[in-house]
Amino acid sequence: MNMKVCLAGIELNNPVMTASGTFGSGEEYSEFVDLSKLGAVVTKGVANIPWSGNETPRIAETCGGMINAIGLQNPGIDVFIKRDLPFLKKYDTKIIVNVCGKTTQDYCEVVERLANEPVDMLEINISCPNVKEGGIAFGQNPCSVEAITKEVKKYAKQPIIMKLSPNVTDITETAKAAEAGGADVLSLINTLTGMKIDIHRRSFALANKTGGLSGPAVKPVAVRMVYQVAQAVKLPIIGMGGIVSAEDAIEFILAGASAVSVGTANFTNPTATLDVIEGIKAYMNRYQVANIQELIGAVK
Amino acid sequence: MSDKFHEESIIIKQEQIANGIYSMWLKTEQIASDVRPGQFISIYCNEGSRMLPRPISICETDKENNALRVVYRVAGKGTEEFSKYKSGNTLRIMGPLGNGFPISKKKALLIGGGIGIPPMLELAKELDCEKQIVAGYKDEIFLQEELKLNGKFYVATEDGSVGTRGNVMDAIKANGIKAEVIYACGPTPMLRAVKAFAIENEIEAWVSLEEKMACGIGACLACVCKSKDKDEHTNVKNKRICKDGPVFLAGEVEF
Repeated sequence: MNMKVCLAGIELNNPVMTASGTFGSGEEYSEFVDLSKLGAVVTKGVANIPWSGNETPRIAETCGGMINAIGLQNPGIDVFIKRDLPFLKKYDTKIIVNVCGKTTQDYCEVVERLANEPVDMLEINISCPNVKEGGIAFGQNPCSVEAITKEVKKYAKQPIIMKLSPNVTDITETAKAAEAGGADVLSLINTLTGMKIDIHRRSFALANKTGGLSGPAVKPVAVRMVYQVAQAVKLPIIGMGGIVSAEDAIEFILAGASAVSVGTANFTNPTATLDVIEGIKAYMNRYQVANIQELIGAVK
Repeated sequence: MSDKFHEESIIIKQEQIANGIYSMWLKTEQIASDVRPGQFISIYCNEGSRMLPRPISICETDKENNALRVVYRVAGKGTEEFSKYKSGNTLRIMGPLGNGFPISKKKALLIGGGIGIPPMLELAKELDCEKQIVAGYKDEIFLQEELKLNGKFYVATEDGSVGTRGNVMDAIKANGIKAEVIYACGPTPMLRAVKAFAIENEIEAWVSLEEKMACGIGACLACVCKSKDKDEHTNVKNKRICKDGPVFLAGEVEF
């Protein structure tokens, strides 16, 4: 049975990775998960300088999901390179660094700093709904998606994944813009902007008022968007949004994703990633699928 | 730092001990064997639409039998789900989590407010020193018998039905309680008052904080509090309550 998948020339042992922001830089979860079993670890977003993030409360549970507005708190690229990368290098997995910034220059600075580091791919976060500058501001307009993709590509030595926002009218527009800008891979979806109100306190559940909705509640939206984007562009896709089980992951793969990310489910079950991998194997056995490639985009 | 485990636990006993307050003993595989006072566990809901574990402090352990006790308040749908389970039912849990209280031989004052009282029991059992325990309740009292066995026990109730009328600070003042170290867990206004009292009287004070949590192990950065100095891990003035805490020296954090 062959579970290997290839993204922009980078071969992953299996298609299962972590969704940025839900797995830190892997260290905390390494007590529960052998990171070498993962196709890749996608790190929490890292910026050129440390960010403090938003006020608390930063999260709230919703039916079948959660909303978060962490605000991309991160220790900055210096600490990340010095501490987190050496840790991840100990494992036989691919390292994908999620990059965030407030300006195009910020993104480019991080991408340039990582150019000669042992990193396999970079995921550019142009879709975070929880920061005032940067993030989603870049990700909702096809022209700015194309422009930032082009800029980042000038500095990048590793393949570039553009992470798309679902908070748009037509996600194929931003997908095509990223492709036109030279993106190597697309990942989708980031969270959907949501809100929860505490009726007892008569206030917003999150200090930020709005937050990004994730978890099983968003999965049908995400599968639909992966399918649409798969029809619209030639780039490989990393699908995510509410994957809890292998069945969920396989839906994304059949819709056109070459790889998948497990996010919120890590909070519900620290070994969710491993369970998804085992479940995909079981599915391939059951249906006698020799090579996972047979499943990618098989539903047209 | 002790190891963390993710395992299926079996409910040995569950009972309601006050209005909306439940006591549950869980049989664990490994978690209960190495718990420090002030640590907590994440309890996962069996109902699949609830994605986040509930962080609940450990009230007491029975290390010989690898069992632990949580005393919790029904605060929402998740804890309501837990409250319906009976002995023999199972719950997935992760722990022990967080740092716990530092143990010393100094004359101690343990302060618990409301649902912050339960972790004071394990702490009182572990401390081998002169102990004074102050528990503040809204009205109905719980864990009184167990706490009495482990130190000099004082009560404050808001309605004055038992002990000092008022809050824990009123009870401390009314009884002229003195100590060399304070351990406190309870609502934020109470912890602020404890911090002010500790500063005024130059007493070392350890406070256990809470915040909405997701991962419970320091990865997601949901449950941070502001810290006086730049934190070594986060590289900003934020500490992770689930991992660096929940117990902090009162002067090190802002709350």
